[in-house]
Amino acid sequence: MGTFSETTVLLVIVAVKIAFVLVFLLTAIAYLTWLERKVVAHIQARWGPYLVGPHGLLQPVADGIKFIMKEDIVPLEADRVTYWLAPFLGFVLAFLSIAVIPFGGSFTFRGLRIQAQITDVNVGLLFVFAVTSLGVYSVALAGWSSNSKYPLFGALRSSAQMISYELSLGLAVVGVIMMAGTLSLRGIVDAQSGFWHIGRVNTWLPHWNIFAQPLGFFIYFTSAVAETNRVPFDLPEGETELVGGFHTEYSSMKFAMFFISEYANMVTVSCLATLLFFGGWHGPVFGPALLQVLLPVFWFCAKVFCFLFFYIWMRGTLPRFRYDQLMSFGWKFLLPLGLLNILLTSLAIAWHEAP
Amino acid sequence: MVPLSHYLALSAILFVLGGAGFIIRRNMISVVMCIELMLNGVNLAFIAFSRFRGNLDGQLFVFFVIVVAAAEAAVGLAIIIAVQRNRDTLDLEDVDSMKL
Amino acid sequence: MTVLFYICAALAILAALNVIRQRTPVYSALSLIVVLCALALVYLLLGAEFMAVIQVIVYAGAIMVLFVFVIMLLNAGKETSRQRSRLARWLGVPLVTAFLAEILIAVWSQFPPVAASPPPPPDGSPAAIGTLLFRSYVLPFEVTSILILVAVLGAVVLAKKES
Repeated sequence: MGTFSETTVLLVIVAVKIAFVLVFLLTAIAYLTWLERKVVAHIQARWGPYLVGPHGLLQPVADGIKFIMKEDIVPLEADRVTYWLAPFLGFVLAFLSIAVIPFGGSFTFRGLRIQAQITDVNVGLLFVFAVTSLGVYSVALAGWSSNSKYPLFGALRSSAQMISYELSLGLAVVGVIMMAGTLSLRGIVDAQSGFWHIGRVNTWLPHWNIFAQPLGFFIYFTSAVAETNRVPFDLPEGETELVGGFHTEYSSMKFAMFFISEYANMVTVSCLATLLFFGGWHGPVFGPALLQVLLPVFWFCAKVFCFLFFYIWMRGTLPRFRYDQLMSFGWKFLLPLGLLNILLTSLAIAWHEAP
Repeated sequence: MVPLSHYLALSAILFVLGGAGFIIRRNMISVVMCIELMLNGVNLAFIAFSRFRGNLDGQLFVFFVIVVAAAEAAVGLAIIIAVQRNRDTLDLEDVDSMKL
Repeated sequence: MTVLFYICAALAILAALNVIRQRTPVYSALSLIVVLCALALVYLLLGAEFMAVIQVIVYAGAIMVLFVFVIMLLNAGKETSRQRSRLARWLGVPLVTAFLAEILIAVWSQFPPVAASPPPPPDGSPAAIGTLLFRSYVLPFEVTSILILVAVLGAVVLAKKES
């Protein structure tokens, strides 16, 4: 690597990481749709897709081709600029937050230290929240630009829901930040290595934040499900309620972009849940050097998969919240609970560190 | 190294543009948005000074400016909603019942 | 690095011009969001990482959402321009430019571009800001929280329908 300047090498590594992560993520999202249809079908005692390819495994490919071939209908009175902007904005923002998510430990390759993360930012966690806050615009603009009743109502309800649950989302992770002492996601995971000790005795329980912050995890996951507009909080886009919600007037590729960005948000939220509460990529690591590098990534993906399965499981099982129940749950229950969590955590930390 | 005066120049341009928009625009909501633009110009000046004096006080002040801007935007928009409900217009030129 | 500042500055100025030129309030709001994000990037370049993220989360992600909601709910349409005096239009632009030039000259003379090397940049991390906020500035902090409470109450009372 002596012939290239350091900046070029850095840029090439980052570009390779981005390409790798994007390809992996897009395939994962495509097969997440397949998984969702299969799991929900089996919960409802039917089979789901099984004709296209073995066990319906080529269904996402068929769906992709369908989306590309479909006619693109634009309402006559729709506001051009925002109608086109909304799905692309949502798509870009959904993938932007993946940039700071660490997948595994760092390893050395030909003298270069490479981290399994596109970039490690000091305020990584806040960066993810910033991108989530901007994601509200995609929904609001989509509904407004369609110039029609159902999308407008769906968009307003959906964006009001998203900004309400952003608050409890932020409060829920303050306990984790206090325990880790840093906002960098890699730092938060590094603070969860090892095992819990009571005094000098080693309980063989991993040092994951879930054992110290169960309330925080409950608030975080509930707020995250509400933030991504999934069941049981999906009133704004439920078919029986508002036709299609904010994406009623969209067709073909732009609708597919909304779909993809919803699943990408689910993936981001699940990744954050594993990083903040379940120790990220920590798991039993053994074997030769190659396995040492790949096993943490495997454990991370396995944990994220568990959360995604839980999301789909909830979709097949739980009924919807009514909108006023949803809002009062977020403001009158989760928000005070989040404040209580911060209070208890800070008391515990202060007592633990008292001389 | 970008010199301090360049940051202050950008801040001044944003402030003047916001001030000009504040005077030109007729829609009430756009006027409040131009006020926000002016506040952002000022925020940039504070952070630039904070950087070039090695002090964090400028950034703290920006923190308070952002909070106060949020409060002012909320109340301003509530007033606009009330005016729209009473006079059915969002045009500043139409709210002139106290003019001589 | 310096090139990035000039790109962000150009983006911010173009978007600010768009804010005051656009007739539709929604486009003005979207341009203002672009200004806010460009400024957040400039704050990052100045080492204020916490303030940059706070700018995006609070200003671009909450305050501007409030603006967009109000614009959508009040159905604010395109602005119509009535007959304005020609004198105002022909005097306006030169006067604004003169005002801007005056500010720039004052700034330039006070802070010449070739100054002595500046002190090391302050630590803009959340920990440093939090320490300063809760030690030296705790009174403004508490007062601001009361201010926000009053603003929320005022906004609710003002915007309520009279029934």
